[in-house]
Amino acid sequence: MAVQTTASTTDSASGAPAPFGPAAALSCRECGTRYPLSPVFACLECFGPLEVAYDLPTGDPEALRARIEAGPTNIWRYAPLLPVPADVATKPNINPGWTKLVKADNLARELGITGGLHVKDDSGNPTHSFKDRVVAIALEAARTFGLTTLSCSSTGNLAGAVGAAASRAGLRSCVFIPHDLEAGKVVMAAVYGGELVGIEGSYDDVNRFCSELIGDPIGEGWGFVNVNLRPYYGEGSKTLAYEIAEQLGWRLPDNLVIPIASGSQLTKIDKGLKELIALGLVEDKPYKIYGAQAEGCSPVSAAFKAGHDVVRPVKPDTIAKSLAIGNPADGPYVLDIARRTGGAVEDVNDEQIVDAIKLLARTEGIFAETAGGVTVGVLKKLIESGQLDPAAETVVLNTGDGLKTLDAVAPTTGPTATIRPTLAAFREAGLA
Amino acid sequence: MSASVRIPTILRTYTGGQAEVPAEGSTLAEVIDSLERAHKGISARVLDDAGKLRRFVNVYVNDDDVRFSQGLETAVPDGASVSIIPAVAGG
Repeated sequence: MAVQTTASTTDSASGAPAPFGPAAALSCRECGTRYPLSPVFACLECFGPLEVAYDLPTGDPEALRARIEAGPTNIWRYAPLLPVPADVATKPNINPGWTKLVKADNLARELGITGGLHVKDDSGNPTHSFKDRVVAIALEAARTFGLTTLSCSSTGNLAGAVGAAASRAGLRSCVFIPHDLEAGKVVMAAVYGGELVGIEGSYDDVNRFCSELIGDPIGEGWGFVNVNLRPYYGEGSKTLAYEIAEQLGWRLPDNLVIPIASGSQLTKIDKGLKELIALGLVEDKPYKIYGAQAEGCSPVSAAFKAGHDVVRPVKPDTIAKSLAIGNPADGPYVLDIARRTGGAVEDVNDEQIVDAIKLLARTEGIFAETAGGVTVGVLKKLIESGQLDPAAETVVLNTGDGLKTLDAVAPTTGPTATIRPTLAAFREAGLA
Repeated sequence: MSASVRIPTILRTYTGGQAEVPAEGSTLAEVIDSLERAHKGISARVLDDAGKLRRFVNVYVNDDDVRFSQGLETAVPDGASVSIIPAVAGG
């Protein structure tokens, strides 16, 4: 992470807010080569991923905390730490973030956790998944670069987030999804009125198609949020780290359980936690990061358990379609982070995912999509296998709304009874 | 054996801006050697110092990811389409 010591948040020539705020450059995570802030995503030298390097604000942490706390109740309260202009909140955007951090005492009791458990419930975002956070940052970059079509490859949640953000901003959207997604996600992606294209293939096929499209003249003027805008997009996930710390009273939890699809979210949450420490906004203390995958798409978990530092791609087969990325771009970095922090990467099968969705709903009144079933299911497995200390404080992420993946629970969830409208019938059904 | 190779934007400085170039070879390794002869320097961008595919490069032969087959030894049939694509997309 490039945290430097000067801050420049205005354009020295015009006096207008600098379009990328404290961001200084793009930097290759593999070889460190730096590039100007532009819509590029892979290193010319080694193909490594580019990420945003900052000149973050320095000085009094108390003053920065006060500035953040006085900001809007969405991710823009953290604008001083993001690649966005200082006046970003005045522009048309769907303003995600500041979702609930739910103290989950009932679930903790059920799982035997004594150190405290919170659910960061990102189903409360405008399109009901964490993807609104990353899209908000990518949209701002697209505007700055003069890109006129907002696009993405998506397992569903992202397509909806892009469609909504583009509609609010008055941009065209054209998004690509595997043709066989859950009906709820397809409708929620299509309703915003942009173009939605089903691709006959897996998510990895969609992703490959988009990577080729961006290199074709057809793709000129397009901002693929998770391809050519990916360095900016990824930064949105840092806001999950900032919010968790602020909502805990400006401190870090001991453990975080985070889902893995491409691995981008997990790596950026780690980046955000490190920034909070570097800036003095929280006490420097150890934390452990645990990654969660579905057994039917667990290339990172398999590599972790085998002791490998590379991830062998797989062909996904799981109900957790929002995590069904068989060739995860940030997989190697997830392995690094889990090992560096003393965490782990674990996986659960489809039955365990459904059971965990129901467990979270039954204990805390939170209806998670399948990705939330994966994190809660993995949390349970980590405790049962002794990999996670139940006496430590844990935050588990729910990244999307269960209404999007009704198919997963519908076969085993329904009315307790269907009766005539009489008291006798109620008694006969054994419900009195 | 001849193949058509799709070149990603970041490697087109080696191909004079061409998005698709011809190459010869019956395996992916031979195709990359052929590319190197015609477009000097391109091989070192695709392969690491040990001569293996860089970990953030995806290569497809006729739509199949070579990591699911034989890697650099993957057979390239006559007339095949080979795509080189940055891996750091998606999610």
